[in-house]
Amino acid sequence: MRQTSLKMVHELAKADPRVVFIGSDLGPDTLTEMRDEFPNRFFMEGISEQNVIGMAAGMALDGFIPYINTIATFLTRRSYEQVAVDLCLHDLPVRLIASGGGVVYAPLGPTHLAIEDIAIMRALPNMTVVAVADAEEMRRLMWATLDWPHPIYIRLAKGGDPVVTSPEDGFTLGKAILKRAPGDVLLVSTGVMLGPCLDAADLLDARGINCGVLHMHTVKPIDADALVDLAGKVRLIVTVEEHILTGGLGSAVLETLSDRLPGRIPPLRRISLPDAFPVKYGSQQEHHRLNGLTAPAIAQAVEKAAVEAVVEAAP
Amino acid sequence: MTAASPSPLDLPPLDQAPPDLPPFEGPIGSDRSNAALDARSLHLRRLVVRALEGGGRGHIGSSMSPVEAIRVLYDDVMRYRPDDPRWVGRDRFILSKGHGCLALYAVLADKGFFPEAALDDFCRFDSFLGGHPEYGKVTGVEASTGALGHGLPIGVGMALAARMQGRDSRVFVLLGDGELGEGSVWEAALCAGKHRLGSLTALIDYNKLQSAGPVSAIQPLEPLAAKWEAFGFNAVEVDGHDVVDLRRVLTAAPADPSRPTAVICHTIKGRGVDFAEGRAEWHHKAKLSLSDLAGLHRALA
Repeated sequence: MRQTSLKMVHELAKADPRVVFIGSDLGPDTLTEMRDEFPNRFFMEGISEQNVIGMAAGMALDGFIPYINTIATFLTRRSYEQVAVDLCLHDLPVRLIASGGGVVYAPLGPTHLAIEDIAIMRALPNMTVVAVADAEEMRRLMWATLDWPHPIYIRLAKGGDPVVTSPEDGFTLGKAILKRAPGDVLLVSTGVMLGPCLDAADLLDARGINCGVLHMHTVKPIDADALVDLAGKVRLIVTVEEHILTGGLGSAVLETLSDRLPGRIPPLRRISLPDAFPVKYGSQQEHHRLNGLTAPAIAQAVEKAAVEAVVEAAP
Repeated sequence: MTAASPSPLDLPPLDQAPPDLPPFEGPIGSDRSNAALDARSLHLRRLVVRALEGGGRGHIGSSMSPVEAIRVLYDDVMRYRPDDPRWVGRDRFILSKGHGCLALYAVLADKGFFPEAALDDFCRFDSFLGGHPEYGKVTGVEASTGALGHGLPIGVGMALAARMQGRDSRVFVLLGDGELGEGSVWEAALCAGKHRLGSLTALIDYNKLQSAGPVSAIQPLEPLAAKWEAFGFNAVEVDGHDVVDLRRVLTAAPADPSRPTAVICHTIKGRGVDFAEGRAEWHHKAKLSLSDLAGLHRALA
């Protein structure tokens, strides 16, 4: 996914002279082809994220579309005021390509885990927050970024993630993709949680629970119309995200439904990371297993919630 | 180890008070700036006071010290078109110490970017002139500032943009001395030095006073010129209230055109208002009494 996003920056640079790339202190082989073809639009600026964001804002104020790549925590926590003031207040078309969303960097510990990135980016006016499901969808997203007039936070996953989207899905920023039509239950996921959710829906189908899957690749601006439409048709909604409980996809869905369907929200459960700094190392998969972010665990949680929902709905 | 054993580094014990500051003799900064204010400098300061009176508040000391630097940039150095403020070939000015905005508003109004009468609405609910300058609201303002340490990185980006677009635009960023405590300033300075941004000039409004007290006591900056030189800049020191000196420095070709320039403007906080000069309590006033305003008018009469 990261490789695809960076290769796409090079493709976009070929197509549009406004595109520039800025890295902080990335690997020496990063985007070497773009560096060789467009040396004037390739910048590697060292470990100085605050300066990198401000510099991108200065370029964008004069007509460029900077694509910045570094580790997610440094684009969010480290340079938050620069993102808020330089990018969001000025409402500039700068793209933050954030490596290691969620618990990708599990072995490196909590300083490197972007577990609240969606929450803090989503809190900023004018910001767009996107987490695609696989490298193919990344390609479609990147073309869509060229003419979007606002800043965009692009959350990357580990790389080599199974391809679960298809060209027929298309891609429009702010428009959710209904990967599987719902019956009684709707799963809403973002990022690479789409794969486990689709597998969980298969498992549930085998147990007689018809479960739809809505892929909310754009968490902000959220596709409120799709949510409202589907919420009126199902008896249970379950959100699934590789992000802490606070402020992420689940919060966004709850807020949206509460605003748009006051008093008529179906039972809703949130599957996420807990509101805590992870204490284990290991791998991303081990953290998924620990926190119920695998297909069998999601299926089990949905089944339990479905039973509770039926009980809640009983007169 | 015995209690009496001396420290190998010969450091004073931790409970010892810091050394006393040198005795205070006149406004801080006055040793480096003694240029008299001419009629134009007094006029611009009266515009600052007009806005202070309109808003009933403002950063007085911080707005009086950079008046001459901004005036000379707009009178004698920069290329711009008030009737076409987004003209792509213009030079850019960023007031990184956004709290000094009244000095910029005075000059922009004087140059016709917006009517002087707008100063009377400073900080009011429907005004476009707030307590910090905003891009997109105030014609002529190139970037929203107020949070410190943002202007130089943005200026670096603008200078690189000009280079990529083949423009010869110059970029001027005015920073406060207290602002130099922000690490992002030095990240940007490293970057500007690396890229040899000869089109970029950082001006430091070195009025020697930050909100909490003397810069030399809160977070000393000396040797300041040597710091900028070490980051790859040509560093020049001027009397920041001497328009002839400022004009000479800002219109001259830099000593090395492949290096950015740092102009250290030795100024006096509150310059032109005798009772506010060099006094930290006039950094900002959230409320101005009638006698305060009468004093301001009298001082600039």
